[in-house]
Amino acid sequence: MSERVFEFEVLRYNPEKDSEPHFQRYSVSCPEEWVVLDALNRIKETIDPTLSYRWSCHMAVCGSCGMMINGEPKLSCKSFLRNYEGVIRVEPLTHFPIERDLVTVIDDFVGKLKRVKPYLIPKQDKPVSEGEFLQSPAELKKYKQYTLCINCMLCYAACPEYGLIPKFIGPAAIALAHRYNEDSRDGGRDERQEEIATNEGVWECSFVGACSEVCPEHVDPASALQQVKIKSTLDWAQEHLMPWTKK
Amino acid sequence: MDEKMSRNPYTRVVPKTHWFLRHPRYMRYMCREVTCIFIGIYTVMLLVGLQRLSEGRAAYEAFLQGLREPASIVFHVLALGFAVYHTVTWFNVTPKALPVQIGEEFVPGAAIAGAHYAIWAVLSLLILVLAGAF
Amino acid sequence: MAKSNKPIVWGLFAAGGTVTAFVTPVLIVLTLLAALGHAPAMLSYDKLHSFGAHWFGKVSLFVVVSLSLWGCAHRLRITCYDFGLRADLLVAVVVYAAAFAGTVATAVYLAAL
Repeated sequence: MSERVFEFEVLRYNPEKDSEPHFQRYSVSCPEEWVVLDALNRIKETIDPTLSYRWSCHMAVCGSCGMMINGEPKLSCKSFLRNYEGVIRVEPLTHFPIERDLVTVIDDFVGKLKRVKPYLIPKQDKPVSEGEFLQSPAELKKYKQYTLCINCMLCYAACPEYGLIPKFIGPAAIALAHRYNEDSRDGGRDERQEEIATNEGVWECSFVGACSEVCPEHVDPASALQQVKIKSTLDWAQEHLMPWTKK
Repeated sequence: MDEKMSRNPYTRVVPKTHWFLRHPRYMRYMCREVTCIFIGIYTVMLLVGLQRLSEGRAAYEAFLQGLREPASIVFHVLALGFAVYHTVTWFNVTPKALPVQIGEEFVPGAAIAGAHYAIWAVLSLLILVLAGAF
Repeated sequence: MAKSNKPIVWGLFAAGGTVTAFVTPVLIVLTLLAALGHAPAMLSYDKLHSFGAHWFGKVSLFVVVSLSLWGCAHRLRITCYDFGLRADLLVAVVVYAAAFAGTVATAVYLAAL
């Protein structure tokens, strides 16, 4: 277990004192096996207690510690120091307003999650006395990948369209809507389409694919969005060209 | 204790015209997007060729002669590069947009993309042979 | 919030992108050969004219040229936006009008063969 000195350039911002953010350099001795989050904790504990950042599980399941590390959206608990050379630049996740230091304002994201109605809307009300919803392994597998999202927002930091058009509902929220649309127990697709088949929904996506590249859980939101586009196009064709077939 | 929290969030500006210079993956995306300029110009060229064809032998042969200009050759080479890049990027993402589930498992993306490449190779060869390119 | 009407142009883009992915490279090779002085037999006036005069030639040429135009038009619209040209409605009208004009022109020239 060898230790050496690591250099960090961390973006600081104090909303009560600063008019704009600025970088601050820290030199901290860390074991080579550590991750960036460990280094931040050591900086906070031994050098600068005013450094603010979010974190929780330290094992890439809570989605709290997302930040830009050398310009790449990453979970700081999953960014190993040994993979970096020279000075490591740490900034808050791009495309979100900065609350303080590495803490971003996430209200926009949370609001969008709510808008897509991320809960089962069964086709018919089924009282508990009638028993469980049955689902085959194949039906589960159809949407399972999209259940893995940990709401870490790295995809929003990577998505250039979200950066240019903040009202874009975004990868994670639309992938979440898709997760429920593909669930055999669900019947709420029409309701969700009202939100995501709009210009600020899936149609703002130009399939850059950056979201899927940075996703730490391999959810592949880009694939969800393209599938939503295809289904929305077929919907549109049915609604406008064959309106008599709509129930 | 009545300290009011003073929030003053700072919004970082995204450079509207050169945001894609910030990362190689954005550059690759823009390369893919600008393929439409080359394919578009080429298609307009085909359209002009069709027009000349409909005007008669002299007009069409002048068009063929015009293709032999150095600028045309350079454009063709560039357009071919961009057209192939469009093909490759298109086929590689097709499995994401059209997943095929057979039983419980999904058909591997490589198989779907591979089938597209195979069809592309066969179709291209067929067209080359029928056109008398060899 | 109203559902978008983008599916119309996106559907055309998806079809056009697929067509260009499959046939544009080989078409470029054919005209490149012509540009280099080795024009394939099919590109001679007589052969190409009889191909275009046949219903199969008309349909395939129309499909390839018009769908390619629509695919490129939609992608060009998005590319303009990505390059910072923000007047989306204006750009959309210009590119789709061009694709429409091209589609009509293709039909007219093919009908004349």
